[in-house]
Amino acid sequence: MWAYIAKRLLLTIPVLIGVSFVVFVMVRIIPGDPAQIIAGEAATREFVEELRRELGLDRPIVVQFGDFLARLLRGDLGRSIRSRIPVVEDLKVRIPNTVILAAAGMVVATSLGVLAGIVSAVRPYSLLDTAVMLLALAGLSMPVFWSGLMLILLFAVMLGWLPAVGTGSWAHLILPAVTLGLTSAAIIARMTRSSMLEVLRSDYIRTARAKGLAEATVVNRHALRNALIPVITVVGLQTGNLLSGAVLTESVFAWPGVGRLMVEGIQTRDYPIVQAAVLVVALTFVIVNLVVDVLYAVVDPRIRYE
Amino acid sequence: MSETVERPLVASTRPFAGGAARVWRQFKRNRAGLVGGVIILAFLLAGLLAPLLAPYDPYDTYLERTLEGPSRDSWLGRDELGRDILTRLIYGARLSLVIGVIAVAIGVVIGVPTGALSGYYGGAADLVVQRVIDIMLAFPGILLAIVLVAVLGVGLPQVMVAVGVVSIPTYTRLVRGQVLALRSQDFVEAARALGAGTARIITRHILPNTLAVVIVQSTLQIAAAILSAAALGFLGLGAQPPQAEWGAMLSSARQYLRLAPHTVVAPGLAIMITVLGFNLLGDAIRDALDPRMRL
Repeated sequence: MWAYIAKRLLLTIPVLIGVSFVVFVMVRIIPGDPAQIIAGEAATREFVEELRRELGLDRPIVVQFGDFLARLLRGDLGRSIRSRIPVVEDLKVRIPNTVILAAAGMVVATSLGVLAGIVSAVRPYSLLDTAVMLLALAGLSMPVFWSGLMLILLFAVMLGWLPAVGTGSWAHLILPAVTLGLTSAAIIARMTRSSMLEVLRSDYIRTARAKGLAEATVVNRHALRNALIPVITVVGLQTGNLLSGAVLTESVFAWPGVGRLMVEGIQTRDYPIVQAAVLVVALTFVIVNLVVDVLYAVVDPRIRYE
Repeated sequence: MSETVERPLVASTRPFAGGAARVWRQFKRNRAGLVGGVIILAFLLAGLLAPLLAPYDPYDTYLERTLEGPSRDSWLGRDELGRDILTRLIYGARLSLVIGVIAVAIGVVIGVPTGALSGYYGGAADLVVQRVIDIMLAFPGILLAIVLVAVLGVGLPQVMVAVGVVSIPTYTRLVRGQVLALRSQDFVEAARALGAGTARIITRHILPNTLAVVIVQSTLQIAAAILSAAALGFLGLGAQPPQAEWGAMLSSARQYLRLAPHTVVAPGLAIMITVLGFNLLGDAIRDALDPRMRL
C-alpha cells in the first residue's frame, strides 16, 4: 500500500517539474522579443529593459529556470505587468471563488447524474429512460458557454428568478454551478445507468428480490452500493472537466475566479498573471489526480497490483 | 518465396476483419449512427457548398435591419450588424470543417508515429515520450490550448495549431497501447522471422491494424476540436470578428441576449448539433468496425 503511494508520488514529481517548465517556457518562446511584445509597442525603452530584468530574460536559460523554481517554492509568482501588484494577491482572492464554483459544480454533477442514471436503469428502455439518455447525450454535446447563456436567458431574463451574472449571494452561485455541472452530470448519468443495469442483472439481486424485499430496498440497499464503485471513478475523472469548464463558466457569468483571471491576462498580455493562473489550475489537477488515485488504491486493493 | 508466404500475412493484417460489407451492414443497423451520419453529411455539404447554399454574403451588413428576428427572407434572423445569421452559420460550418480537419491532421501526423515508435521500441525513448505526454495531460481540457494561444497569439490559425497539438497525446497513447498488444502477435513475429525490416513491420503490419481505432478516435476528435475552437472563439482568443466562426459569433451576440435571443440560440445549436453528429457517428463506426470495442 505505502509502496504504491510512494511510487505514485515519485511519478508525480517529474510531471510537476514538467508543468512548471511549460509555464516557464511560455514567456520565453513568444515569437520575437518577448519583453517588447509583453510591454506593448507604446512602452518606453526603459520599461522594456526593466521588464526584461524582472522576468529574468537577460540571463542564461538554465539559471532562469532554477531561479523560477526557487521563487515558486517561496510562493513568489511575480508581479502583474499592468497593475504592478504581486500576482499572489490576486490569486488569494480568485482561488476561493473557483474552488466554491467547482465544488458546487461537482455537487450538481454528482447528484443530478446519479439520480438520472438510477431513474434510467430502474426502467430500462422505457420512455423515461430514452428521454433521460437523450438529454444526457445533448448535455455531452452542449458547449458549456452556450448552456450558460441559455440558462441566463431562461432563469434570469425570461423568468427573472435568479441573477444573471456576478457574485454576492447563494443565488448567484446556482446558474454557474448548474452550467458547470451539466456536462459531467451527463457522463455520470450514463456511467451510473450502465453500472446499475449490470448490477441489477446479477444473482444476488435476484436473491434479494426472491426473499421478498421491497423494490426500493433492493435498489437502494443492494444494487446502488455496488453500482456506485465505478461511478466514483468517473466522478474523480471529472475534476479535469470541471477545472477547464470553470474557465469558460467564469467568463460567461463574470465570476471572479482563476479562469477569468487567466483569460483577462491573455487579453491584456499580462504574462505573470497567465503563468500563475495556468500553474494553479494544472498543479491542482495533478494533485487531485494523485489524491484520487491513492483513494482508489485504498478502496479497491486490486489496483495496487496492476 | 517471400512473396508467396507473405500474401496471406498481408491479408491477415487487414484492419476491417470481415470486410467493408460487414462493417456497412453493422453500421446501417445503428439508428443513432445514421442520424449522426445525416447530420455530418449536412454539415459537410454546408461547409463545402457554402457560397452556393448561403442566401447572402456573410460580411454584408445592413444597419437598418440590426437584430431583426427570424423572417421569410432571413430564416434565422439577423445579428447586431444586420448580417444574415443563417448565411454566417453556413460559412461557419466551412470554418469548423477546416478547423476539425487540420486539428485532426496535426494530431494524427504527430501522434500516430510517436505512439507507434514509442510502443514498438519501448525503453528510454518510450519513457521520455510518455513523460512528455504525462505533462501535456496535466493540463486539463482546454487549458493546454489556452497556453498555446497565449504563446502563439490570438487568431484562427493559431487556434487550429493549438487544438491540433492538444489532440496529440490521445493518439500517442491510443496507438502505443495498440502497438504494445500487436508487436508480440504471431503475424508480426512471422514477418520478423521472414526478415522484414522494422520500418516495414511497423508500416505494413502494425499500423494498418491500428487504423480502426484511429478512425474512430478521429471522428470523436473532430467534435472535440470544433468544440475547443468555438470555446476559444467565445473567450475572444480564437477567430476574431467579423469572421463567421460559431464561437466568435456567440461571443459578440451574448451582449444582445436580452434584446435578441435568436442571435445567441442559433450558433449554439449549430455547435451542439454538429458535435452531437460526430459523437453519434464515432460511436457507430466504433461499434461497426469492432463490436468488441463497444462500451
